[in-house]
Amino acid sequence: MGSSCLWNGTLSPDEFNTAATALAKRWKETDSTLPEWIWIPCQRMGVSSSNVEGYLALEKVYRHRGSEEDKADDNCSVDEELVDDDATLVCGNNDDLHAYDFHIVYSYSYRVPILYFRGYRSDGHPLSLDEIVMDLPPHSSNTLKESKWTFLTQEEHPYLNRPWYMLHPCGISDWMKLLLVDGVSNEGSKTPQYLPAWLSVIGQAVGLRIPLELHQKP
Amino acid sequence: MEMCSDEAVKYVWEGAIPLQIHLHESEVTTLPPPSPILILGPRLGYLPLLVPIIKAHFSSTLPPGTDTVWFDYKGLPLKWSIPTGVLFDLLCAEPERPWNLTVHFRGGHPGDILSPCEGEDSVKWSYINSLKEAAYIINGNCKNVMNMSQADQYDLWQSVLKGNLDGYIKISSRLKLGPFRDDSLVRPASSPAQHQQQATAEHEPTGSGKPCRIPVRLYVRNIGDDLDDLEDAPIIDSWERISYINRPFEIHKEEGGYLTLEQAVKSLLPEIFDFKPPFEDTRELKSKESPDSSLTDAEIVDTSKSVEEEQASSVAESEVHPPNRLKIKLIRVQGIELESDIPFYWVANNLKSTEFFLHMCVFLTGPTKHAKMR
Repeated sequence: MGSSCLWNGTLSPDEFNTAATALAKRWKETDSTLPEWIWIPCQRMGVSSSNVEGYLALEKVYRHRGSEEDKADDNCSVDEELVDDDATLVCGNNDDLHAYDFHIVYSYSYRVPILYFRGYRSDGHPLSLDEIVMDLPPHSSNTLKESKWTFLTQEEHPYLNRPWYMLHPCGISDWMKLLLVDGVSNEGSKTPQYLPAWLSVIGQAVGLRIPLELHQKP
Repeated sequence: MEMCSDEAVKYVWEGAIPLQIHLHESEVTTLPPPSPILILGPRLGYLPLLVPIIKAHFSSTLPPGTDTVWFDYKGLPLKWSIPTGVLFDLLCAEPERPWNLTVHFRGGHPGDILSPCEGEDSVKWSYINSLKEAAYIINGNCKNVMNMSQADQYDLWQSVLKGNLDGYIKISSRLKLGPFRDDSLVRPASSPAQHQQQATAEHEPTGSGKPCRIPVRLYVRNIGDDLDDLEDAPIIDSWERISYINRPFEIHKEEGGYLTLEQAVKSLLPEIFDFKPPFEDTRELKSKESPDSSLTDAEIVDTSKSVEEEQASSVAESEVHPPNRLKIKLIRVQGIELESDIPFYWVANNLKSTEFFLHMCVFLTGPTKHAKMR
């Protein structure tokens, strides 16, 4: 392996697996009220890969629309543009419970983790893009308006064969390099710190709160 | 054999599928129902790009409403981001001409299977995003694509849209995405799969050992046991019967020899062709071979239940057999059943699609019914 100054911000498949195990373990040790990250091993053509292949899943993360910590008021302002009738504003309505599933999937093309997610109502009905946009933090819904096609789109989930929302991966390796290359002195600690650092950026984009303890050095 | 063949590329660009497109019966409002439309679908094109022509044909009979256009073949919703030629090669084991498709304009859009398509814009951006992905695979960044001028991006898309090869070459050559040269060829020292494993483990792209990466999208289907006639291949009624593998092919520079198509495909499917020990021992062997892999048994979260749940919706596991019983029946690229010993770099250079991905349809034979693997 090259020295860390040459590191390009990517992970090999094996390093991703190591990082995934580390994240799941660390997450469990925090006081997060969120569910656990679970490793889902995958098979192709009936057999598991010789490399253990799979993805991390954090499922059934519930969110009351408007009750999100990051600026519920801004969420309401998004509503105003889309809803004509004030009476139908649903901000803070406790019945309006949305659930989200998040998957961290390794991209063999970009050699970085990619976040896939889907949102649905308590009855399992999938959320429309408009509903999801209203759940997103304001900076993300603004980015989405500016870059409709290159920030967040529905793409084929690599293992589930169906469309999930995906945050586009172009550029991840560059900012991961910035996030980790200075703070990490040796290669060994780069991998376990990768996903907490990655999640601190990606999680913000989708309003997924990360327990602070996750970033403390083990 | 020359590394690049202008003639082959020209043939690929001229390739088209004769389509006979029927309006779905639920949308027929006239008696007699409208006749189907016969239209040539360019192999390198995408189905939604044909919608303006198809809609003009059916517009007088359509019920009122807004368009959410999608296509199906024998009930299977067609993924619009896959080039038309690839869909045809994959879904018609025995080519059907004309290819009978059904178009839906007014509803029934299966949102759980198909991404929404808003016409040409959706296709264009899906194309650009794939092009970025290919650029990243080849160069380790997407700068050349990201830094394209608006005018170049427009011209490139127009050339794809109109099948204008000269215009395409003019713009795309500036992206510096190939051709893959024969100095990046390799003869795998041992088994190709083993080689690939090594490649991924040592991929650190620093200095001279930088591997050549080729963007590949692989579609694998099992057409059944000892099938003599492709006409007897089962109809694909669900995408879950197809294993879609989006994994670049990696070549490490080595002296001499050339890599065949068969070697390349097998190395892309280590699950099937790198099959040494009985299945149960795979993980044990793995941990012996690569002690640095930290996913040991003890650390793997027990997810047997969720795995089972996933299997219901996941890739074609339950349809296929242990890999040692699976054989490659044929590899089809751009409608051509390729010889297995053709140089892979030739295939990659000349038969790739316009977003620089090589789409390969791999038909396997083997038993299709057996107990679920655990």
